[in-house]
Amino acid sequence: MNGANILFYLLAAMILGSGLLAVTTRQLFRAAIYLLFSLIGMAGMYFWLQYEFIAAVQVVVYVGGITVLIIFSIFLTQQAGEKMLVKKTGQQIFAAIAAFCGFALVMVQIVQNNFTATKNLSLSPSVTNIGNQMLGVDKGGYALPFEVVSILLLAALIGSIVIALRTPTQTS
Amino acid sequence: MILTAITLGFILEKVILVSIILGGSLGIAMYSTWAERKVAAVMQDRRGPNRAGPFGLFQPLADGLKLFMKEEIIPTLSNKFLFILGPSLAMLMACMTSAVIPWGPNIVHADGSVFTLQVADINIGILFIFGVVSLGVYGIMLGSWASNNKYSLLSGLRAAAQAVSYELAMGLSLIALVMMSGSLSMREIVEQQHGFWNNGYFTWNFFKQPLAFVIFIVCSFAELNRAPFDLSECESELVGGYHTEFSSMKLGFYLFAEYINMFITSIILSSLFFGGYNYPGMDWVALHVSPLFVSIIGVLVLLGKAVAFILFFMFIRWTLPRFRYDQLMDLGWKSLIPLALFNMLVTGAIILAFQK
Repeated sequence: MNGANILFYLLAAMILGSGLLAVTTRQLFRAAIYLLFSLIGMAGMYFWLQYEFIAAVQVVVYVGGITVLIIFSIFLTQQAGEKMLVKKTGQQIFAAIAAFCGFALVMVQIVQNNFTATKNLSLSPSVTNIGNQMLGVDKGGYALPFEVVSILLLAALIGSIVIALRTPTQTS
Repeated sequence: MILTAITLGFILEKVILVSIILGGSLGIAMYSTWAERKVAAVMQDRRGPNRAGPFGLFQPLADGLKLFMKEEIIPTLSNKFLFILGPSLAMLMACMTSAVIPWGPNIVHADGSVFTLQVADINIGILFIFGVVSLGVYGIMLGSWASNNKYSLLSGLRAAAQAVSYELAMGLSLIALVMMSGSLSMREIVEQQHGFWNNGYFTWNFFKQPLAFVIFIVCSFAELNRAPFDLSECESELVGGYHTEFSSMKLGFYLFAEYINMFITSIILSSLFFGGYNYPGMDWVALHVSPLFVSIIGVLVLLGKAVAFILFFMFIRWTLPRFRYDQLMDLGWKSLIPLALFNMLVTGAIILAFQK
């Protein structure tokens, strides 16, 4: 077992451990903090794989952006420090089934495609390549999905502004 | 994996470099507190600290000792784990950014081996800095929530909203810079600004991207939580803001992290826009004196630029009054972001025009 392996298991333990704590803790705020550590562990895993760009994007978007927003909304909800109630058994069963289905979906993909180790990368994960691929209109380019996703985000943005702007209508 | 290539000498070299950088930034942060008081005193026609040592130079030591000796109070209703995690995270994030900063030109030994004055030259240096900066707000948020205090909570809310809003404009202003230099590596961006004058124009990015610089420096004030954007710790409304409940060295960590952040931000500003360790006439020095001197003067020049920026931050703090919160949001969303987008558009158009 060399240094790289040890690092991998440390990162995996961090991701899984904090992920488990995030779903089992009954304090909402702590769950968010554990989620934060889990996401940082993911970023570490990308760094370990030497996908620096994706790792940095993971930190900027998920750790620095989305989790801040989650915590921000927890700040605004009341009694965030109180322990949450234990969910009903029915809800627990359905949650378990949903989690299992998600896990099965990923596992099927992993088993069906056998990943083999290779020295020659088809495309080096440099920023230039990612940019060209993302906005490419040739074969294998992602310009169309990229634009579709941006329209979806624009719609969400306008929608949230409309909701925020709504003045209480007068009911006589 | 890359880990197999690491030798003991490499580790030793990096450990020494990290210790020097850490010690240096702590020392500079310490004397920034002294400088801040002196600047405030000059601005307000007072004398400032002048009892401990000559010109009050031992004042930071006395302050540190005082903070260590003070009684440590943790509120009983607070969330103890997060209460301790808050200031620790603030300090950790403040120190982490220094890893990707190129402190000086490479030193080439006689036997051809190269000593880099940089802890890690990762090829996404700017994104790394940006990521760590976006993590900086967690220290404030955790501490403020764990204090179980209404003033702290309000302060945490303000800090979070402010950080998220100003990060956007900061990132957009950097995109224009990255588009122009075509690299995300800090060292490469600094190397591109070699010397001072080349082909009939300035090499420093400030002269190519003045608007990006203005947006970036305004956003750094906001990210640093310094006046005129220090709404998360404004005494007149929120008592002490997020550090109301903190005492002893935990309070010290928060205050200290702010000064380290200020130093690192000054270094980043001078690296990205003011040529970093480059200075006019460095080729002449390399040719006529010795390449080693280029590196030594380079490090000193970088530190000099950083000190100039620190003083600028202080002058602004003691000159401008604090914004109101809606004004702060208006400035961020309605002025800086459209300006940054406009800057991006113009930069793109100019790059396209010059390519043909």
